[in-house]
Amino acid sequence: MSAATALRRPWRARLSRWLPSGRTMVIAAPFVFLLVFFMVPFAAVLKISFSDVKMAVPPYTAIAELHDGVLRIVLNFEHYGDVLANPLYIGAYLDSLKVAALTTLLCLLIGYPACYLIARADPRRRNLLMMAVMLPFWTSYLIRVYAWIGLLKNQGLINSFLLWAHIIDEPLKLYHNYTGLMIGMVYNYLPYLMLPLYAQLVKMDLTLLEAAGNLGARPWQAFVTITLPLSRRAIISSSLLVFIPAVGEYVIPEILGGSDSVMVARVMWDDFFNAGDWPAASAATGCMVLLLLLPMAWFQRLQRRELEAR
Amino acid sequence: MIRRFRWLGDTYLALVFLFLYVPTSIVVFYSFNESSLVTIWSGFSFKWYAALTSDDELTSAAWASLQIALATAFSSVFVGTWAGFVISRYRRFRGSTLFTAMVNAPLVIPEVIQGISLLLLFVGLYETFGWPPRGMFTIWIGHTMLCVSYVAITVVARLGSMDKSLHEAAANLGATPMRVFTDITLPLISQALISGWLLSFTISIDDVVMTALLSGPDSTLLPLVVFSRVKLGLNPEVNALGTLFIAAVTVAVVVNNHFMLRRQRRREREMSLAYARESAALDHDPGS
Repeated sequence: MSAATALRRPWRARLSRWLPSGRTMVIAAPFVFLLVFFMVPFAAVLKISFSDVKMAVPPYTAIAELHDGVLRIVLNFEHYGDVLANPLYIGAYLDSLKVAALTTLLCLLIGYPACYLIARADPRRRNLLMMAVMLPFWTSYLIRVYAWIGLLKNQGLINSFLLWAHIIDEPLKLYHNYTGLMIGMVYNYLPYLMLPLYAQLVKMDLTLLEAAGNLGARPWQAFVTITLPLSRRAIISSSLLVFIPAVGEYVIPEILGGSDSVMVARVMWDDFFNAGDWPAASAATGCMVLLLLLPMAWFQRLQRRELEAR
Repeated sequence: MIRRFRWLGDTYLALVFLFLYVPTSIVVFYSFNESSLVTIWSGFSFKWYAALTSDDELTSAAWASLQIALATAFSSVFVGTWAGFVISRYRRFRGSTLFTAMVNAPLVIPEVIQGISLLLLFVGLYETFGWPPRGMFTIWIGHTMLCVSYVAITVVARLGSMDKSLHEAAANLGATPMRVFTDITLPLISQALISGWLLSFTISIDDVVMTALLSGPDSTLLPLVVFSRVKLGLNPEVNALGTLFIAAVTVAVVVNNHFMLRRQRRREREMSLAYARESAALDHDPGS
């Protein structure tokens, strides 16, 4: 140790009694950042969902007022009542859940076999294949959704081809309805599902399958009794990774779904921007958080276990 | 099973890749179409790229978006690396459950929820302190919140697969924690940081929901302009813009991946060489 550091010690030691330890500061900095920009905003949503609409900017009243030394807290549950009684919102929530569930299911049906095949390909090829799966995920999301318009329109490529081949006599309606919406959803969420699933399938111990084979199990038996249970956790977490954000999807239904689909994010958006009814939109946001709390907690638990397994 | 039905598997994979790549290829193809009728091919032309450069609304929006995307990429890599480092280095501390929850949740939480809540926070702040106005700053924070989790998760994964003895060795040799971080940790996770940077950049430059919610009256950004045009249907200029975007991202990802693989191979070669040398030394010196 040099003389200089030895001399610096005393005041450093004195200062360090007052300052939090380095470890605390290193942890605290990102902690506070996330607290301020992630947790506090939810408190703001809850607060506004309990207040009244007001013709002003911002268009809501304060819920707590200090008036003549008396603290008045007015919690307005009306918006939650309105949201729960409004058939438009109920329909929108049901619609969103349905679309998200169907998207997840279709992504699994398409993605699982693909991941399985890639994971069993030879190591050099599978890196390349996985990169090819992820590449569209990197390119512009908006362009990827937009790209389907050219295929799905009445004069689009799919219809033109089918008409030319005389498979159909008049164009199928694929754009601005549920079909278009579902195609767009599956297309965009597929890479999200495939990445974690692939990561699990590729690190599986293949000797287990060999052993099963040697003991006389048929390939499908080995798959059902070994591969499927071993990838169970990855299936659940990747499904949640698709399902939860899909419930709140806004862009895809807006571009490809047309007026057919009334997903909840669109209703919230309209309340917010067109009707200026912030408390109602906040209450709807609050309801959506409550609705997704359980799947989110589930996802959280799986992620945490994954982290601890390392 | 696989060996016998190999062709079946290959066909299946080919179909999946067709599904993944046909839509974007069509955008690229028709961006060179001369006709303004988007689905009818009439001849090769760069006309729409020229139209792109003279479209003032689009170019000024693109410029603003580029600035935000650059700022977002740097800030999310900074915060995300820090958060990821805290998770994998300290693991258990007071509030660690909440901390990992806050890092993981934005991965799945619908963007509309996050956007509306952040907007309400900023409006509340503006009411009380007169700052910040809705605009570039608020969008920047919002985009950073969207990307931090992705960076943090990649960093945690990378740090998890790393050899801990390197850190211990450096610390034993007298390096301060900061020195260990800058000299050992950072170079080892640099590839993860580059991917995180690229991903944050691409998320930021075409995010609609957060941008629309957090932008003020005078900030018109690229995704909002593109979104409002795309809602009306096909648009040849958007085809050209999309092609430029796809080309840029593809080059960046392929180059990054190439360097990543090369580095990995070199490291493996060096390690096997080192082991060979060590075992050779042991053979010569049976006393040790």
